[in-house]
Amino acid sequence: MNSLTKLSLPGLGIMAALMLPLAASATADELRWGASRDIDSLDPYSYGSTFTISTLNHVYEGLVRYDDQLKIEPALATSWDDISPGVRRFHLRQGVKFHDGAPFTADDVIASLTRVSDPKSPLRGNLPAYQGAEKIDDYTVDIKVTENYPLILNDLTNILIFDKEWLVANNATAPTDVGAGIEGYATTHANGTGPFKVVSRKPDAETVFEANKEWWDKPRHNIDRIVFTPISSPATAVAALLSGQIDYMERAPLQDIPRLKQSPGIQVLAGNELRTVFFLFNRADKLVASDTGDKNPFNDAKVREALYRAIDIDLLQKKVMRGLSRNTGSMVAPAIPGYVPELDERIGHDPEKAKALLAEAGYKEGFSFTFVCDNNVYVNEEEICQAVSSMWSRIGLKPNLDTAPTSIQTVKFESGKFDVGILGWANEPMIDSYSILVQVAHSKTGTSGVFNWGGWKDAEVDQLIDSASKELDREKRLALQSKALMKLKQNVDFLPLHQQPMAWALGPNVKSVVQLSDNKSRHWLTVLNK
Amino acid sequence: MHIDEAGQMGRMALWRQRLSEAWDSDLAYSFRGSPTALISALILLIVALTALLAPVIAVQNPYDLTQLFLDKAELPPIWSDGGESPYLLGTDVQGRDVLSAILYGSRISLLIGFASVLASMAIGIAVGLICGFAGGHVDNLLMRVGDFVLSIPTLLVAILVSALFRELLPVNLRDACAPLILMASIAITSWVQYARIVRASAMVEARKEYVLAAKILEVRTSRILLTHILPNVMTPVLVTATLNLGLAILAEATLSFLGVGMPVTQPSLGTLIRIGNQYFFSGSWWVVLFPAFQLGLIILVVNLLGDWLRDALNPKLQ
Amino acid sequence: MISMVLRRIGNAVAVMVAVAFVAFMIFQFLGDPVQLMLNEQASQAERDALRIRLGLDQNFVMQFMLFITRALHGDFGISYRNQQDVMSLIAERFPATLELVLVSTIIALSIGIPLGVYAAIRKGSPIARLLTMFSMIGVSIPSFVIGILLILIFAVQLNWLPAFGRGDVVHFGSWTTGLLTPSGRSALVMPALSLALFQISFIMRLVTAEMLEVLRTDYVKFARARGLPNRLVHFRHALRNCLMPVVTMTGMMIGDLIAFALVTETVFQWPGMGQLFVQAVMFIDMPVMAAYLMIVSAMFVTINTIVDLIYLWVDPRLRQAGAARGYHAH
Repeated sequence: MNSLTKLSLPGLGIMAALMLPLAASATADELRWGASRDIDSLDPYSYGSTFTISTLNHVYEGLVRYDDQLKIEPALATSWDDISPGVRRFHLRQGVKFHDGAPFTADDVIASLTRVSDPKSPLRGNLPAYQGAEKIDDYTVDIKVTENYPLILNDLTNILIFDKEWLVANNATAPTDVGAGIEGYATTHANGTGPFKVVSRKPDAETVFEANKEWWDKPRHNIDRIVFTPISSPATAVAALLSGQIDYMERAPLQDIPRLKQSPGIQVLAGNELRTVFFLFNRADKLVASDTGDKNPFNDAKVREALYRAIDIDLLQKKVMRGLSRNTGSMVAPAIPGYVPELDERIGHDPEKAKALLAEAGYKEGFSFTFVCDNNVYVNEEEICQAVSSMWSRIGLKPNLDTAPTSIQTVKFESGKFDVGILGWANEPMIDSYSILVQVAHSKTGTSGVFNWGGWKDAEVDQLIDSASKELDREKRLALQSKALMKLKQNVDFLPLHQQPMAWALGPNVKSVVQLSDNKSRHWLTVLNK
Repeated sequence: MHIDEAGQMGRMALWRQRLSEAWDSDLAYSFRGSPTALISALILLIVALTALLAPVIAVQNPYDLTQLFLDKAELPPIWSDGGESPYLLGTDVQGRDVLSAILYGSRISLLIGFASVLASMAIGIAVGLICGFAGGHVDNLLMRVGDFVLSIPTLLVAILVSALFRELLPVNLRDACAPLILMASIAITSWVQYARIVRASAMVEARKEYVLAAKILEVRTSRILLTHILPNVMTPVLVTATLNLGLAILAEATLSFLGVGMPVTQPSLGTLIRIGNQYFFSGSWWVVLFPAFQLGLIILVVNLLGDWLRDALNPKLQ
Repeated sequence: MISMVLRRIGNAVAVMVAVAFVAFMIFQFLGDPVQLMLNEQASQAERDALRIRLGLDQNFVMQFMLFITRALHGDFGISYRNQQDVMSLIAERFPATLELVLVSTIIALSIGIPLGVYAAIRKGSPIARLLTMFSMIGVSIPSFVIGILLILIFAVQLNWLPAFGRGDVVHFGSWTTGLLTPSGRSALVMPALSLALFQISFIMRLVTAEMLEVLRTDYVKFARARGLPNRLVHFRHALRNCLMPVVTMTGMMIGDLIAFALVTETVFQWPGMGQLFVQAVMFIDMPVMAAYLMIVSAMFVTINTIVDLIYLWVDPRLRQAGAARGYHAH
């Protein structure tokens, strides 16, 4: 026995050495951000991802930005005026420096706009009306857009500005081309003008930002460092917040909110996002994987209505969304221009009527179809899709649910390999219903209908959208857009569910954050307890 | 009539005799003497029976979407506040009865476990016999393949095979084929052991005189293999199989937990733990703990039985 | 002897070529990289250009040769998802995995060996039975279940240990270690324990079995007969004799553990290469999957070959027989 204790000593010694310093602590000026996912890259032009771009907005800035009321305010441009219906002149802020010390000038704006509108740029769609740019002097730039295009300022909030010299020196003037087999310099390095600089980055593990002391704007934050850690399992992130390992999470799981609220020092900020989540139908001649043969039942409005009526949205809201989502009949949130209250009324939940509609359409016995959902984009997405599958199966349908991460599902969506799918649209950064109309509802023509994954087409809707794109009078334009939205609703072209909830959780170290309905983290407005 | 009765009596006597012989055999003696083995066998029997009878005894078929009711979601076990009959162990976030899900999940876990062990055993025995008997280039080639399989960590192979098969299949077949894919991905990583055991014995047996005699008498090779060599190697093969059963069940659970196994619409125990984990800290402990307990219990009793069997058949250790 | 050594090394190389072939096939048949890499607006000309750049226009054998040549230079291409060099992604993650594996191996050895010895010399005693039962439970409970329970108890309820991650790390060139910082050490406790549990049980059972075998041998009986104290017999003679298989088994297990760590890494969000692999599987990121497969297999094969060679060196009987040592089963 004596020898036994002797032998175990090294083991116990190691355990003791490991366990001695137990409490995890942060320095007071550090914000430890447990993010629901990693940013895709340090290059804001690498993916059209709202999360990536809004996070990189801490490092890079646009010519204009949204203030804490979601109104557009000057950023790298101080003012702008219309030169002609297709040209807008921007006066740039002077004395702004990039993180490497280089001054910000008109050349940087031109280089950035060229880069973002490159044919290989995945962000090209975010600047649909862009025609070209011209340097007038070092601090003046003219941007050309299609005539009478009303939303260029909204678009520009999302176009972050690079330093031209830095791009040239590092051979990064064009967007990264994965196929070329070489890394893009901007994928792993960053040099912006924003309130924070990138100190280090390990994909999927940790990205560290530190405050930019030379920032041109007067900082409202008091943060020295942000440690950004993606935590893919929400449960782990909650455990980390409860144990004081992180200070902030931008996606608190809905089911954990009661527990988080009860914990001392933890605040939960919950509200409704601008993002509306809805289902899409494949409208090709036949379905991808179904027992309907050469027919596509979804081309019949009765069938679409049946699927709509089968959904018990109140139950879904209560159980899956924990009462935090806003049920809607509209494709856009109330805060989005173009919304009118009539849009919001849902077609009632009525399984019997749904069955009758199916029978009327000739599918009394139901039919099978592929139901494609992501599992990592929208709030409780996988649970929504499972619950809805169950509701659909109760009216006799046989959905085959296929869930996977969005990068896999997007390929299926883009190639039309789905029968019913899910999509959420926040109308960002435009904050106008024109966004969803032109990108989702419009038929696939030219730059329109990029997200028209199911091949739907309604000539009347297309025409309304096209007229809106040339209408400078805001009221008239919004009336056209509302009419188009109403048309989509009458045809049951899409199946809206809700405006999804957002929930941020703050640890005891955080005094205040600014949460807007676009659900973007803006830590240049965050104040820590000191 | 009389004759029939007598025949029946005779048959019964024969059976009784066989039973008592079995009862008196060394193995049975050792079994009776080992409370661990007895209890483990009893538990495994109960688990297997309830799993097998799941469609009869479960209050709900958790794979049938029409039977899941969202308004019954996340009910706690029946003995706590808010618990509801007939949901004995509560429900998960989709309104799935946890007990029914455990019964059906155990069915899948046991099915995949047994099937993959049987499959790897069949492959292993076939390869081992061929190698041991044929020798030469065939032997060399097959054993190299075996070396290769063993030189990649099994978990890695299973994940890759499982994930890649899933990607290759059309989506409407994917869920239906999930158990088959899992079984295959576990089986192809574990046949080598059997092949090695069988090959070694077959090589020894092949040189013995009775086999030579049989060869001279022009008995078919397959007959020699099956009637003479195979019975001689079955003991170590069966011991290995029992010990591997626990590992196979564990492997299935791990793959499902990682998200490359059984889909959410047909959860196995590993899938249930993965889903439930998201609701664990918010207080719905029953969604995780009960399936986890069942999984641990199954693997434990299978391992205990395997351990006992190995010791009982290995006189050196007694 | 030299021919034996060469043969073992030859085998290892052959296995690696086969692994490379499998990795290459993953590329070939799963997902057209061109489809995955370009956005939908890409024209046919752009697609063809990319095809040529990736070498996809060449024949199968040429492509395989190209793949191997690149792999030998550590060039596994660019991750589809992170758009970063795969090799450097993996290299960055490797220290975390190795640290986890080594620490849990040390924990397992220093707990498993003494317990195993005890279970052997006190065979039949209540404590020994309890230990045997414990080891049985240890190999039966899935490590992810242990991990979830540990997090619930020590991070959420008691708030003693961090729930995820690696804490602060210290850099030595491209190497990182968490062992030198308090937060790094406390972050290591739960992952290392949950990974070690299976090993503890495994080593304990191995030591018990080997000890029992050795204790039955004649020379131990002689030693006892000579009146040597039990302690001396147990530790100087018996234990020493069964350490060799324990050490080799442990060595071989390290390869397996590196792969198995991916479960622990997933549960604890440990930033190692296993986590990278699991993410890659989820996102069908072929270059990362292929590279991980090859790198882990290479480590596994190298360790096994070294263990084989040590065996050859230690046990001269094997040199003549040339018989392949049976692989362990676990």
